[in-house]
Amino acid sequence: MIGINKQYVKSLLKEQIRQDGRKPDEFREIKIEYNVSEKSADGSAKVKLGDTEVIAGVKLEVGEPFPDNPDKGTIIVNSELLPLASPDFELGPPSIGSIELSRVVDRALRESKILDFKKLCIKEGEKVWLVFIDIYPINNAGNLFDACFLAALAALKSTRFPKYDEKNERIIYEERTSKKLPLEKNTPIECTVIKVGDTFLVDPTNEEEEVMDARLTIGILEDKKICAMQKGGDNSLSIEEILKMVDIAAKKIDHIRKAI
Amino acid sequence: MKYTKRFDKRKFDQLREMEAKVGVVKRADGSALFRIGKTIAIAAVYGPRALHPSHLRNPEKGILRCNYNMMSFSGSGERIRPGPSRRSKEINLIIQKALLPVLDLSPFPNTVVDIFIELTQTDSGTRCAGITAAALALADSGLPMTDLVASVSVGTVGDKVVVDLTKEEEDFEGGATDIPVAITPRNGKITLLQLDGNITKEDLKKALELAKKTCKEIHTLQVKALKEKYGGDKK
Amino acid sequence: MTLLIKDKDIVVPGEILAKGMDHLPAQGTSRENENIIALQLGLANINGRLIKVIALSGKYVPKFGDMVIGKIINITFSSWIVDVGYAYEANLSMKEATSDFIERGADLSQYFDYGDIITTKIVNVNKQKAIDLTMKGPGLRKLKGGRIIQVTPSKVPRIIGKQGSMISIVKEATNCQIIVGQNGRVWIQGEDPKKVRLAEEAIRKIDKESHKDGLTDEISRSLKEKKK
Repeated sequence: MIGINKQYVKSLLKEQIRQDGRKPDEFREIKIEYNVSEKSADGSAKVKLGDTEVIAGVKLEVGEPFPDNPDKGTIIVNSELLPLASPDFELGPPSIGSIELSRVVDRALRESKILDFKKLCIKEGEKVWLVFIDIYPINNAGNLFDACFLAALAALKSTRFPKYDEKNERIIYEERTSKKLPLEKNTPIECTVIKVGDTFLVDPTNEEEEVMDARLTIGILEDKKICAMQKGGDNSLSIEEILKMVDIAAKKIDHIRKAI
Repeated sequence: MKYTKRFDKRKFDQLREMEAKVGVVKRADGSALFRIGKTIAIAAVYGPRALHPSHLRNPEKGILRCNYNMMSFSGSGERIRPGPSRRSKEINLIIQKALLPVLDLSPFPNTVVDIFIELTQTDSGTRCAGITAAALALADSGLPMTDLVASVSVGTVGDKVVVDLTKEEEDFEGGATDIPVAITPRNGKITLLQLDGNITKEDLKKALELAKKTCKEIHTLQVKALKEKYGGDKK
Repeated sequence: MTLLIKDKDIVVPGEILAKGMDHLPAQGTSRENENIIALQLGLANINGRLIKVIALSGKYVPKFGDMVIGKIINITFSSWIVDVGYAYEANLSMKEATSDFIERGADLSQYFDYGDIITTKIVNVNKQKAIDLTMKGPGLRKLKGGRIIQVTPSKVPRIIGKQGSMISIVKEATNCQIIVGQNGRVWIQGEDPKKVRLAEEAIRKIDKESHKDGLTDEISRSLKEKKK
């Protein structure tokens, strides 16, 4: 039913209101629940942005480091657009949408240096911790980028190392230690701003995403520096528009951070 | 070998603590969450909808497709690699067969009803939890059904016939038999039966009777969850 | 010989509604030996000896004579293909679309173009659910502008209300034009987008709370409050 609804969304925005009654720069309620898969995952969290719901889990493994980074562990971010979460998602190998989602989350986590990969080294050149972060939308009511990033971050925060038996070189998953992941202070937050006509919106619903012209996801650190970006959508943005979107995101960051 | 007391102190005919909720996935046509102990299954139903590729279409009635998946972090050991495995494909099949007997898809020729089941945390009994959740999601979606389906695993641990085995019990050193069963509660008919282990015919009979009895408890919870979505039972 | 439920109880598939031969199974129920059982999640409805279940969810199943809201999604040499919200598309032939004489090879998009929204009527459904539509009949036309929302098809009668009582309340309070298709698509148009939103909110509330008593009064009250 696209097309007929775009005009309606735009006419509402002229009055500075959205279909669900929010203002353009207003987020839906953010709810975070930690350790939702405590029995199985080393870290896990569920994030709700209004009706959008995402679950993320962390599993730690021990592996060999990359030859060019012999003293560093790493993160592996994976997301899957489960057909459970939306009539528009299909079964099969990872879609291009899920690959983009994983990579955008990965970029902000990696570039923010929230996780010092050197601290994941067990024995240089031989053994390092690998941090697998798997993210699954349960219900897609829009803004999966921000919800998935928050879920990944929250899951990392709740992660505790399982016991590692060095002698037999195996992880004893049943015995989780109290040691947490060495996370740094300067936490990044991602905020997505979309453009519909002449208006900029944060935390879009799926219906708003259907009618958007362009999208910009911005990763911002606590010191307000930008650590990652991704533009999406079919239309272009001017430099002025991009700077305006960065301003809008920067203003929302503290609000989002409070939830975590 | 004697099994005198259950690891988690339950009675031999006692289920783990359960939770059921309907309508948990807003975008789906029907959905439900079912938790038994630490095993959590979420099921969503989409359809009847268009079926592709078209050679799979049945002009007499709609078809049912099930997809069971354990989230990568939901296993007890290492991370599970994403994507279907031989195990999950077999489970898809037996879940479909467990649900079809109560489902009437004849009003929807050429279409498909998709059920997606995701496990977010596991501690044995995942296929049974998946079936119980899926039956709720189907009912929630408004499809015509002659009954619900409730599912539980029964079996033997050592010398005892027990219900709802945990992982620890399945691995009992004195031997264990695991029998996942699904039952239509009103008539007590069996729609899923698998067995692996070592059991006498007498114990099998006892185990199936136990399944029938305990599935009634699961069914009571299913009915409550469905009615709760609309404000609960007024009676 | 006994009725096990009351009128308007929520019932679930497989639930025994009545025992004995005193009652007769109607829509959403069936007889199994001496029991009448529910086949759907819904609201029990007892009318004399008849027991039926009014569904609270479910997809649209096309029926002869239904007025539905559709969208043109394809144009062939001699017909339009229309999405009416069922799994498969419906067909609108030239003959049923207009009384105009259309020349061979004429451009059909001058009548109905891709993306056009129409109110149309089902004139034929076969066993395999192939659907034929017509534009001949009162009120069947192309809809311009406005907004479309999807509600549960089985709740359309509730949204319309007895003799249109419910939908009239919404129309009057919001000054919107509203058309409700049997396929659960609702078209809302109004000058003031805020009022369109108000109408949408009211209709979604009726959809969600259709099983509640006294809903007409509640909708009327809440619309009056919001108007202030």
